[in-house]
Amino acid sequence: MFKPSQRDNEIRSGTSSSQRPRKKTILHLRLKEHRYLPIEQVLDACELKMAPGEIVSLIGPSGCGKTTLVKIAAGLISPSDGSVERNTDSGAVLFQDHRLLPWKRLYDNMAFGLKAAKLTRQEQFERVSVAAKAMGFSQADLKKFPAELSGGMKQRAAIARAMVTEPDLLFLDEPFSALDVGRRREMYRALLTEIESRACTVLMVTHDIFEALSLSDRVLVMAPDPGRVIKEVTIKMPLHLRTRQLAHELEAELLSDDMIADLFRMKNWEKVL
Amino acid sequence: MIRHLFAFVGSLWSGWTTLSVICLVFAFWQIGFETFGPLVLPEPLETIKTVGTLISESHGLNYILITSERALLGFLTASCVGIILGLMAGWSNTLSVLSRPLVTMMQGMPPIAWIVIALLWFGGEGTPIFTVFVTTLPLIFAGTMQGVRMRDGNLDEMADSFRISRAEKFIHVQAPQIVSYLFPAWATSFAMSWKVVMTAELLASGDGVGAGLAEARVNIDTVATMAWIVAVVGLLLLFEGFVLNPVKSHVEGWKNDV
Repeated sequence: MFKPSQRDNEIRSGTSSSQRPRKKTILHLRLKEHRYLPIEQVLDACELKMAPGEIVSLIGPSGCGKTTLVKIAAGLISPSDGSVERNTDSGAVLFQDHRLLPWKRLYDNMAFGLKAAKLTRQEQFERVSVAAKAMGFSQADLKKFPAELSGGMKQRAAIARAMVTEPDLLFLDEPFSALDVGRRREMYRALLTEIESRACTVLMVTHDIFEALSLSDRVLVMAPDPGRVIKEVTIKMPLHLRTRQLAHELEAELLSDDMIADLFRMKNWEKVL
Repeated sequence: MIRHLFAFVGSLWSGWTTLSVICLVFAFWQIGFETFGPLVLPEPLETIKTVGTLISESHGLNYILITSERALLGFLTASCVGIILGLMAGWSNTLSVLSRPLVTMMQGMPPIAWIVIALLWFGGEGTPIFTVFVTTLPLIFAGTMQGVRMRDGNLDEMADSFRISRAEKFIHVQAPQIVSYLFPAWATSFAMSWKVVMTAELLASGDGVGAGLAEARVNIDTVATMAWIVAVVGLLLLFEGFVLNPVKSHVEGWKNDV
């Protein structure tokens, strides 16, 4: 656990407090440590509690164990010492790469998660059709193999594949880092619409401070060797009221902390170089 | 429906390429015949007539059936055993490390050595089937094991994230990757099973195409020799066109051709 003085470092309060319901905990992760190999400690002790509907970002320099932490939370890796409590059965992960199955057509790829959920063919068809429309796919696209789609389309397909399962918990591991700025914004907008309509809880990893501050209710800053959370920032301004300027101000405030600036190698960050 | 019809006609149409290449081979054969005389290369037309008589009048068809049966039996047994063992070895680190030198050893063993050993063990009857089995097994085993080892762990992780059952993960995520590794090895070992079965028959058996070749050799009958060769190669071409290629396009259709 990190020190109380560094917790709940509230940078700014919005006009209205959060619009999302925050009653119980949907995810509670208690980690003493995690090692892939006995000699190398990847993650140090940390605790993460998430309320339903909350969006939490993990930021930090590469190699600080963000992805590992998300995978532990998602249940893809079991921690070497610690426990994860999830109060829901439905969860989905969006990975850095799209991870579509190259031998399945787009439709079957999007229905992949529904197979596990034991839905009937008709139900699968209905859900995939709705998602395909929402993500802007035509009927002809659904018959294509992933190799015939552009990078952005593949990512949208991956979003659709995750969202058709109607997850309560969504884990994002820098899913859009390979896309250009405009595309990325488009993807986030598409994703946020889905998230808002379903009120799902999101834990996401990014290495972009600006992105984290503009999209999340809470930002956890991680440091490497071993990976640990060193600062927590809560942003109370509702998502739809946030502006680019606000996010820039928040970023400036965060980086004014020498320790954080050092961590991101952003000392004297006002200068371009 | 119409799409499937078009695809079928398209695949038949590509048969013209094969046919033209075959005609070219016959043309060169004809030149060879005219240059070196019938003792070295018999006349193509006469050979084809002999194929006809072999199949319609004498034991030819029977021999071809016997040989196909032996090749297929050995090959299919090797496929079953090889795939099961390969899957087991692929999922175990220890087994896959241990089996690698074993595969190299078995692949290094020339088929002719196996034939001699099989002759000592089984006498004439089981030799062709055993030899096919033992020579194709390591290829199929190695192909399966490699397919399991080289599969994309990221896709496994993706499947796990949807909490899919082990059986469904195997069918939808892992098996297609294994098959795409296995298929080339499988096709190679099928072609090999024909060569091996004929060698074994030539040395060890009283019937089958190999025995027919042995007979032709004793009689210094070049026409009959070439007729057997034409029959077997023709059969392989038909098999490739009507079985192997459709399966290949089904299994590897998603891969992009350069």
